[in-house]
Amino acid sequence: MTALGSLYPQPSERTEKLAKTSLSRERQLELYRFLKLNRLVEDRLTNLYRQGKVVGGLYGSRGQEAISIGTAYAMGPDDVVAPLIRNLGAMLVRGVSPREVFTQYMARGGSPTGGKDCNLHFGDLKRGLISPISMLGALVPVMAGVGLAAKLQHKSYVAMTYIGDGGTSTGDFHEGMNVAAVLGVPLVVVAEHNGYAYSTPTANQMKIKDLAQRAAAFGVPARIADGNDVLAVYEAASAMIEAARDGGGPQLLEVKTFRMKGHAEHDDASYVPKELFEQWKAKDPIDRFERHLLGNGFATQEELDAIAAVIHAELDAEVDFALASPMPPPERAHEGVYAEGGMA
Amino acid sequence: MKAEAREVTFLDAIRQGLWDEMKADPTVYLIGEDIGVYGGAFKLTAGLLDEFGPERVIDTPIAESGFVGAAIGSAMMGLRPVVEFQFIDFIANAFNMIVNCAGTNHYRWGQKVPMVMRGPSGGRVSGSAFHSANPEAYFNRAPGLKIVYPGTVEDAYGLIRSAIRDDNPVLFFEHKYLYRRIKGTISPDAAPIPLGKARLARAGRDLSIITYAAMLYVALEAAERLAAEGIEIEVLDLRTIKPLDEEAILATAQKTGRVVVLTEEPQTGSFAGEVAARVAEKAFWHLDAPVARVCCLDTPVPYSPPLEDEYLPNAEKLIARIRELLAQ
Repeated sequence: MTALGSLYPQPSERTEKLAKTSLSRERQLELYRFLKLNRLVEDRLTNLYRQGKVVGGLYGSRGQEAISIGTAYAMGPDDVVAPLIRNLGAMLVRGVSPREVFTQYMARGGSPTGGKDCNLHFGDLKRGLISPISMLGALVPVMAGVGLAAKLQHKSYVAMTYIGDGGTSTGDFHEGMNVAAVLGVPLVVVAEHNGYAYSTPTANQMKIKDLAQRAAAFGVPARIADGNDVLAVYEAASAMIEAARDGGGPQLLEVKTFRMKGHAEHDDASYVPKELFEQWKAKDPIDRFERHLLGNGFATQEELDAIAAVIHAELDAEVDFALASPMPPPERAHEGVYAEGGMA
Repeated sequence: MKAEAREVTFLDAIRQGLWDEMKADPTVYLIGEDIGVYGGAFKLTAGLLDEFGPERVIDTPIAESGFVGAAIGSAMMGLRPVVEFQFIDFIANAFNMIVNCAGTNHYRWGQKVPMVMRGPSGGRVSGSAFHSANPEAYFNRAPGLKIVYPGTVEDAYGLIRSAIRDDNPVLFFEHKYLYRRIKGTISPDAAPIPLGKARLARAGRDLSIITYAAMLYVALEAAERLAAEGIEIEVLDLRTIKPLDEEAILATAQKTGRVVVLTEEPQTGSFAGEVAARVAEKAFWHLDAPVARVCCLDTPVPYSPPLEDEYLPNAEKLIARIRELLAQ
């Protein structure tokens, strides 16, 4: 056991006892469908990347899917979320389609940004989605502003965003949390503690054990949840979103997890001790949720297989569609620097 | 703060512009350090908290990136924030937010960010390196931003109103030397002044000075002195840095055939260089002399008055350069 491994809860193998939930069987199966969709879309993207079809880098969330899915599933219809690069799942829950993801990752003209921006960098306020920002930490102040708008407009929506363990080292994280706390805005920040910031282990990012400890500096409530238990994530996020909505100000939710691949597809993660991967593979969030569903009689293996089969069929078609989609016309590069008009 | 034509200072004109836009549009709000109860370091926002309340005049922690980021987020959700930097030098602390986040937002994913970021800029007040900056060149090459830098009371009033109404992130620089030194008459009935339009401040035929903000007055002083010798200088006040009124720049260059670009910034990498390049590229065959830049030293802004005088352009330095060009 390495020092890093000891930071995390030990795997509870075989019997799967996830967090208590009020979610019905149907909603749990919906959660399962999103988890599976998240992973299978990323598997397809990995294949496309290896075939040279993805333009630029590919960033995955393998092993962390329960965080994106569980938190986004806890949002209300008018809430607004800004995903980061490992939060494809949150986008899927908010209604983003595999077609949008595939065309975007392949820089096609019909993609959500028309070829203007890469990978998951797109948003749509109609679905409560703010586009990711690569500079880590920057989304915390920006989403504090989304929450501020709710407060100033006397509306009841809540803002939510994500940050990694490394991202909490940034000044923007601290400025954003502090501004949000002082102004009392409805903001939930989900801090994904996945062990590594690119190649740098958490121990080289900070001298504290839990990201949740940072909350004390801002005077905001914090919780720690098992990030590989989708029900635990969902329940914790639900409580914090409602606390923010009820005037409780910003909330910090730390979720413990592990990044099961490199920083991006090009990174073989050779700097990660193999035993950590082995240890965390046993805690795979989708495997655990399957065992929970099967063990509690919420689903049969056939039912789970059927869900996956439907997803596979959809993804076959959507990958074909994206591959057949044209690239953008070059003249588009000139367009859209400024928003036209205004009130003048 | 009644809406009637009256003589005011440069600072009062900006306050009146904020006031009028806040009255006209409930989505406009102010955010920054010490702008509420205290009324701002220069008292520019004095009285606004009392009139509009704490939800529209918001004091923040000392966190430029934090509150600019918050302004960006709120702008995406339908508000029109006006951010105050206590001194424009501190805008560097929010560089990522402005350049990477706000400036690129509409191009990247089609979401507009209507916001104004304003604050006191410029030197000649012994503010030294951290309280005298003119940062326009840093931002001029950042796509998606607009940059306004007025030099008259009328323009300050008209342009702050247009900046707030614009659907893009607008940097609005206010030369602090002008705050209480110049006066003018503003009227709520005045026609809006569009961004991106220069103003001919003085007509002439022998040489053009292209400038803006406090350097406008250096240009006018030089022009006045040379007029006594029968030399007629034209002065173009750009008013907006970006989008740049290239048409007006080329028109004056073609008219006089001699151009000095006068700006208050270190010369290397200056915005003046961009103006000079456009004249050289597009009006070369109309020129009778090389395009000249009269800017500051390539040093941080020094503190002691003799040093700062050495750093800054003034009428004497400008006239000396003009004589060289006229001799060619």
